[in-house]
Amino acid sequence: MRRQPLPDDALDAIDRAILNTLQDGFPIASRPFDEAGAGLGVTGAELIDRLANLREIGAITRFGPFFDVAPMGGEFCLCAMEVPESDFERVMTLVNAHPEVAHNYERTHRLNMWFVLAAVAPEGIETTADEIERETGLKVLRFPKLEEFFVGFRVTA
Amino acid sequence: MLDAIEKRIVAATQGGLPLCPQPYAQIASQIGLSEDEVMARMRDMLARGVIRRIALAPNHYALGMTANGMSVWDVDDEKVRDLGPMIGALDFVSHCYLRPRGEGWPYNLFAMIHGHDRAEVETKRAQIAALLGEACRESDILYSTRILKKTGLRLRKD
Repeated sequence: MRRQPLPDDALDAIDRAILNTLQDGFPIASRPFDEAGAGLGVTGAELIDRLANLREIGAITRFGPFFDVAPMGGEFCLCAMEVPESDFERVMTLVNAHPEVAHNYERTHRLNMWFVLAAVAPEGIETTADEIERETGLKVLRFPKLEEFFVGFRVTA
Repeated sequence: MLDAIEKRIVAATQGGLPLCPQPYAQIASQIGLSEDEVMARMRDMLARGVIRRIALAPNHYALGMTANGMSVWDVDDEKVRDLGPMIGALDFVSHCYLRPRGEGWPYNLFAMIHGHDRAEVETKRAQIAALLGEACRESDILYSTRILKKTGLRLRKD
């Protein structure tokens, strides 16, 4: 994933409008790009081309449905590990190999690896975390959410 | 819970919507349903909250928000449920959760702060500290130095 800012001229006004508007939602309709494009002053075909380009240049990380696993009977859990620097690549490979690992970040702390487990069944979290402990020989601290105060964030392009 | 058809829809769309004029028809043809059925099911999943939204996720980094810090706070248990929503409501906080404390980990309130650089993130962190006041005993911030993996939700096929 791109981590550097795009050059100032990478996006024009229509690209910015697309990024700002489609963060909030995209229609369920037979020809949804036509519908979404109409509000932005572009045809469906142009919207598709622009979205493909925005993905290509790394301005978009995802386009599509965002699922919440809780109503599916599953859950998310934030986990942290203290990984020795010399062993970091090996542990990262073992952790990332699990499909339940949705994101994984290196962070500036004694606990230097932080990842989110997403599992369809609640026991999937514990099973996966236990598996990671067995595979790596390191402890996996588990921080399930007790309460969600806010999730949702808009970036202005 | 999801039925068998919904599981197929999740599996077919968790990588994203296809960029073609009739994306729902394309998904339908992949999983042997009609376009109308896929759209009706997805509307229902949206209404139930299984799908939070159908949208694009901008890349914060590409748009100049290159610094993000996970701020963590040890907040009085008696007060954290009142203070949490105030922190979550700040426009620079993208996620805010109450989580259990752990071994060697005194923090129970987690707030993800985004900014153009670390100096901006630190200024915002000071605003949170001011809001929490004496209810907070200790705090820290963990900056991400590397993304090791980032995917949407992937369900194991069963």
